[in-house]
Amino acid sequence: MTLDLIELDGTCAGSDAVSGSCACGGSCADGGCADDCADGCGCSEAPEADADDCGPASAALLTPVALKAAPSTGGGKPGKTPRPKRPDFVSTTNACKLCTPLGAMLAFRGVEGAVPFLHGSQGCATYMRRYVISHYREPMDIASSSLGEKQAVYGGGPNLKKGILNVMKKYDPALVGVATTCLTETIGDDVGGYLREFRNEFGDLGLPEIVHVHTPSYNGTHMEGWNAAVRALVDQLAKERVEPHGKVALLPGFVSPADLRHLRDLVTDFGSDVVILPDLSDPLDGPALEDYTPLPEGGTPLADIRALSGAAAVIECGRSLAMTPTGPSGSSGSTGSSGSAGPATAGRVLHERFGLPLHAVGLPIGLRETDALVAALEAVTGKPLPRRHELERGRFVDALVDGHKYVSGKRAVVYGEADLVIGLVSLLTEIGVHTVLAATGTRGAHLAESIAAVTEGMLPAMPTVIEGADFEEIADTAEGLSPDLLVGNSKGYRYARQWNIPLVRAGFPIHDRFGGHRLLHVGYAGAQALMDRIVNAVIEKTQSDSPVGYCYL
Amino acid sequence: MTTATAPNVTATAACRDADLLDERKKQVHRAGQGPIDMACNRESLAGAVSQRACVFCGSRVVLYPIADALHLVHGPIGCAAYTWDIRGALSSGPELHRLSFSTDLQEKDVIFGGEKKLAAALDELIDLHKPKAAFVYSTCIVGLIGDDLGAVCRKMSEKKGIPVIPVQSEGFKGNKREGYLAACKAMFQLVGTAPTDSVSPLSVNILGDFNLAGEIWIVRGYLERMGIQVVANITGDGRVDDIRRCHGAALNLVQCSGSTMDLARMMKEKYGTPHLRVSYLGIEDMADSLYAVAEHFESVDPGIVERTRDLVREELAALMPRLRDIRRDLSGKRAAIYVGGSFKAFSLIKAFRHIGMNVVLVGSQTGTQEEYRELETVCDPGTVIIDDANPLELSHYVRELDVDVFVGGVKERPIAHKLGVGFCDHNHERKIALAGFEGMYNFAREVHASVMSPVWRFVPRRSRRAASPAGADA
Ligand code: SF4
Ligand code: SF4
Repeated sequence: MTLDLIELDGTCAGSDAVSGSCACGGSCADGGCADDCADGCGCSEAPEADADDCGPASAALLTPVALKAAPSTGGGKPGKTPRPKRPDFVSTTNACKLCTPLGAMLAFRGVEGAVPFLHGSQGCATYMRRYVISHYREPMDIASSSLGEKQAVYGGGPNLKKGILNVMKKYDPALVGVATTCLTETIGDDVGGYLREFRNEFGDLGLPEIVHVHTPSYNGTHMEGWNAAVRALVDQLAKERVEPHGKVALLPGFVSPADLRHLRDLVTDFGSDVVILPDLSDPLDGPALEDYTPLPEGGTPLADIRALSGAAAVIECGRSLAMTPTGPSGSSGSTGSSGSAGPATAGRVLHERFGLPLHAVGLPIGLRETDALVAALEAVTGKPLPRRHELERGRFVDALVDGHKYVSGKRAVVYGEADLVIGLVSLLTEIGVHTVLAATGTRGAHLAESIAAVTEGMLPAMPTVIEGADFEEIADTAEGLSPDLLVGNSKGYRYARQWNIPLVRAGFPIHDRFGGHRLLHVGYAGAQALMDRIVNAVIEKTQSDSPVGYCYL
Repeated sequence: MTTATAPNVTATAACRDADLLDERKKQVHRAGQGPIDMACNRESLAGAVSQRACVFCGSRVVLYPIADALHLVHGPIGCAAYTWDIRGALSSGPELHRLSFSTDLQEKDVIFGGEKKLAAALDELIDLHKPKAAFVYSTCIVGLIGDDLGAVCRKMSEKKGIPVIPVQSEGFKGNKREGYLAACKAMFQLVGTAPTDSVSPLSVNILGDFNLAGEIWIVRGYLERMGIQVVANITGDGRVDDIRRCHGAALNLVQCSGSTMDLARMMKEKYGTPHLRVSYLGIEDMADSLYAVAEHFESVDPGIVERTRDLVREELAALMPRLRDIRRDLSGKRAAIYVGGSFKAFSLIKAFRHIGMNVVLVGSQTGTQEEYRELETVCDPGTVIIDDANPLELSHYVRELDVDVFVGGVKERPIAHKLGVGFCDHNHERKIALAGFEGMYNFAREVHASVMSPVWRFVPRRSRRAASPAGADA
């Protein structure tokens, strides 16, 4: 079974490299993770369970590159920690994560004709909509079962059913994507059971597909929600074996509409049809309309999801995702975000259920991670990289040379979703920027191993890596590291301003710039775009700091 | 000003209201068509995409601008993350309110209870930030797992020597309105806990202004020019110590229909402080409000009426010529209003009249029967009045009524923009001051900037119209 698993970029090493350290990896050394572990992030609780859970399939997928030396925190000037932070801090200040159902809502939005539906109280849905809308500047409807006090006591089943009926009336959706919230998970609503009842009671109405996923926020972040929803879509819809159609199944991870368009072009240029799941590119970046359509155009067609078994291969992006242990995660099965036992990612579901070859690659950000995706595509299609992209690659390498002096040795702090951070660090390393701190709000993301893999042999010291981080912790740590720039979403702006260094915006959310959802990160073109922005941020800083006012730099 | 009692049923009323969900019909009304009977202020309908927020949201909106208090959200991370620094409530001093604190409950806290974590969080955060008080917000799951917020807060209060106040804002226990009440109850625990020695007999508290883009400073400026002391800003640019002694003020000025009225009522009951309902949006409302304040204090300081008249005259003399040009451009254009509280809608309708525009749609998230009835009397016949609307309904009416500019919050913006309609942000995320006479000019300029932009001629709804021969009639 593991034979047709294609490993990440050929960098696989012994899987025991994690060597008894907790999932937080690097940060343990500087004590940064002690509190996290105590907090139940799972690191101290089940290091070996993790290893067991991985199973043969995942073990082959991982690229646990041996951690080089102990992670260095000594990059910065020591003794500069003005933020009095106690080691046993339990509260979160300025979270570097969002809640689990948000990710699920976004993933469901990437399916054609879908209505994302939040089973819980009204407030959560409204907050999430606003948050999403501010980034994409597009309508984003999220229906809610709007539980009140009564339902919180007696169970939310009736509201869930009524809610779906109302959504059917109003939207005539092809799919309703139901995610739970903290509220409905806490009261223990049996959503699967309610939906079975619903199908029995109203089966004669011509029901839409209903996919559901468990997403309590007290167990995970928006990335777990996203991944769980993608997995649920595949698990619950791709059930039948169909005639092979030879399309490439691409599970891109949480990337921008611009990224998704670029990836579609890339695969298409290889002469292959592609099914991208989920595909937010049109639903969350659509044209101006004359008539408001209740459901936006675009997204992955339902029929394509149902027929995924006929794909030539599946490519799943995300190094951290690839390390998800099998089975319901966390300490309790009932609230595990995957919701059901079995393979932990959508790609693995397709691999194990239908024997599809699975290519697990990183988010294709930067030269090498894009090379890995391209290698996978070459293997699947049997064709070489199309000329257009070959040229893009060549131009990027040329730009690396032209631009390297501006940024060589600059020190970066990178934060956000684990897989995005890994990709960004990989790119930064290629252009000569030293990442001194890589942080994510997620726990159990195996971030240190992946950061080690993408920086191996290219950095003077392994960056400090923090999982389960909030922005205050990132700031505490970063202050001792004298960073020159920040790379990540808008929420780090407060610190960039405080330290008077540039913030290069990437990922989600971008609430303080125009066109954040059109930013390109992936592929050779994305690498180029990111490099341009990073180099220019550094130049701009030099220019505005200079008393001379050069216009020739 | 028109009062809309004209009995004529407009043609537009032969409407497509039919596609509204049956149960929603009672939440839409057309001015001038029979008696208004809005089934408002009830729980949102399951499955409808409501713009409505939760109890927690209401409390958070009201309390958050208190800048030297610690605002700790007890719950899972989302509730805190989505409310981190999203509003432009400015502070002239400390900015503790701009940090987002959460107990970030994890699974084991949900199973075993979150009280210990809450106590530890308060302990460390109070030590680190040295706030003047702490507000602890309850969220949905805290309501379920049964943490005794009151007990933890009492203990921490004793230990730290500052007021630590629970806010009973479990999200599912209603909508924003209940959140306002919870916030007022929380603040009321502070009121009356500090001496009022230095308070002048000519003094007020400003309630229900959140100092978005510095608005409360504009209003304070007017009041100070009238010779009035402002004791407490509640809550924009607010301070704990001011709230503690605000019972010493002679009058409460309450803006906004819902958010702080409860506090004014409590203060009336316990301290006998009278209150005036005011609005700082638009010319008449701003002027009327100042005059009402002057009248209230006339017996104490007879000169105040004259001073106020001078102030208004001065401001208007500066404002009116600037508005004239704007009005020329905007005359006859159509506006839609969808705001949080219906009270604000009154001011907006009048403000639009000043720039020559007609309001064809007005709605709110949290209006009451009474407010809608009142609203109808200031609307033109045929104006659609809607309670707790969803995007489909909003877009339906925006099209039907051919709206030029939409005033609303961040959630309405994409709908307006998708349909090629101008937009003016009038909710809490706005970064431009819209209060006072200056605010009226800013508002006019905002609307003008949007409506007069050339981009509308390129959007489908206009470009197709212009291209098709039949389009000219629209
Ligand atoms: S209750 Fe849970 S789902 Fe709702 S906003 Fe808070 S964290 Fe998110
Ligand atoms: S409804 Fe409850 S859980 Fe959701 S945001 Fe409001 S308080 Fe938080």
